[in-house]
Amino acid sequence: MSDKELEKKSVFLRKNILKYIYKAKAGHTGGSLSCVDILNVLYNKVLNVDTENFRIPDRDRYIQSKGHCVEALFVTLADRGFFPESDLETLCQYQSHYIGHPTKKVNGVEQNTGALGHGLPICVGEAIAAKLDKKQHRVFTLLGDGELPEGSNWEAFLSASHYKLDNLYAILDNNKQQITGSNQEVMNTDSLRDKLEAFGWSVKEVDGHNLNALVSALNNGPFQTGKPNFIIAHTVKGKGVSYMEGVLKWHHGVPSTEQYELALSELDAAEALIS
Amino acid sequence: MELDKIAKKNLKMGRANQEVFAETIENLAAADPSIIAVTSDSRGSGKLVPFGQKYPNQIVEVGIAEQNLVGVAAGLASAGKKPFAVSPACFLTARALEQIKNDVAYSDNPVKLVGISAGVSYGALGTTHHSLHDFAVLRAINNITIVVPADNFETEQAVRLAANLKQPIYLRFGKKSVPFLSEENQTFEFGKGRVIREGADLTIIANGETVQHAWQAAEVLEQQHGITTKVISMHTIKPLDTELLDDLAKAAKPIITVEEHMVNGGLGEACASYLFQQGARNPFHIMGVPDEYTVTGSQNDIFKHYGISCDGIVAKATLVLKN
Repeated sequence: MSDKELEKKSVFLRKNILKYIYKAKAGHTGGSLSCVDILNVLYNKVLNVDTENFRIPDRDRYIQSKGHCVEALFVTLADRGFFPESDLETLCQYQSHYIGHPTKKVNGVEQNTGALGHGLPICVGEAIAAKLDKKQHRVFTLLGDGELPEGSNWEAFLSASHYKLDNLYAILDNNKQQITGSNQEVMNTDSLRDKLEAFGWSVKEVDGHNLNALVSALNNGPFQTGKPNFIIAHTVKGKGVSYMEGVLKWHHGVPSTEQYELALSELDAAEALIS
Repeated sequence: MELDKIAKKNLKMGRANQEVFAETIENLAAADPSIIAVTSDSRGSGKLVPFGQKYPNQIVEVGIAEQNLVGVAAGLASAGKKPFAVSPACFLTARALEQIKNDVAYSDNPVKLVGISAGVSYGALGTTHHSLHDFAVLRAINNITIVVPADNFETEQAVRLAANLKQPIYLRFGKKSVPFLSEENQTFEFGKGRVIREGADLTIIANGETVQHAWQAAEVLEQQHGITTKVISMHTIKPLDTELLDDLAKAAKPIITVEEHMVNGGLGEACASYLFQQGARNPFHIMGVPDEYTVTGSQNDIFKHYGISCDGIVAKATLVLKN
């Protein structure tokens, strides 16, 4: 896939996030828009996964710790061919498997997540197993910045470096906001890079909306042999829709018809600029 | 002669169930490299030091971090390993309950959760170190088998079966030596209560380290009161042996349940819930730790205090049969 195609894909995925949140009248809009470029890059440039035989043992693992931004995951998996996009018409409906958090009932989903602070410990187990079996596959997780205060993350940070898990990649969707306000107001996690380095991780910071930068960071690991990899992806909550960017109410706000149409027209315009 | 002594003379002493657990996984690990012990600074109390020395590539230490213990074990299980996540039952089933619920049970990762030094094994250390809630909280979680072996035979069988189980399981072990309970009944199957003593007047359903006291009580009841008691080691609380309970309902004799757990939500309530929804009319009594600040002391002291002991059960049984 060319750079331009990848860029167009991001716009398409953003439109679909909005489409299905608008239809379901529910979803985590702002966070899905902030992390979707990361998912686009993972599923189209990085992960070795097979849509037909997803559970083959040597696949790369991707576990979405910030499970509430499932809409970004579902539209990416549908586009990648894990299931028909029309399945998403049932998002959040009675008895649908397409619920408000990732579940393994959906082809392509690695683990059931949703409660925060759970993805990384599971990834540590997966990465230890890969090391024990001398396998080459990699293990990725996506963390939200709002979930960093969960103590289980810090337990896992310790164990990942203790076991020298350089096959493990934790990506932080650092959109700097959570439901109550800015991360800094709610629970300050400043100097994160220093904290993580002190915990024994190798850290890179990238613009989380720069697709080439993401591809380069995620495909050129380990950053240091014997150290787990942490990518702080600086992102913007609500990215791609002007009136949503950095505006807290879009954490789980659902657009009205007018707002939805306005968002689509902005995304159409953005797409037209990709020549 | 004291009641306990009358009874005990007939039982052959074994070792602590958690010791037999450790020995059994050590034996299994020799032939199966996918068996992994996951520990939280618990290899000493879990008797896993020799295991770690013999199989350094089959033990994962996470330090004192129970949430990570269970999350890491879920990841190992998902990758095809057979992890036994070992931690004192009090911490495993409370500190890491969300990981048990989500990462193990809901995600259907076949982790073998091993709660050691369970119940009031750490009696004198106080409530922080007691697990008197674990049956209740785990019974309320879908997709987890709950097994509480009574003796070394049941323990070895349970560990062997758990190793290859494709679903999550919780195994609960105490730290005190326990006697072998029945040489006649050497069958063990998850979900099937083990009748360790036959009797016609009354049934005692117990599990774990309380079964020996039930057996002793049955011996005393027979010798001193001419009462014959059926004693069941209901090692599996979930799924419950409903066939066996149906038979008890038909016989309509009194039932006493005994457990090293709060009376709320444990073995007794599980049996009562089934029986009475089937229309059973057996007189029914639950013995366990009442809903109060738990007394401290040795495990024996606490058992005696709450009547979960030979004399306490004898007293309860004679009272029940008198009414």
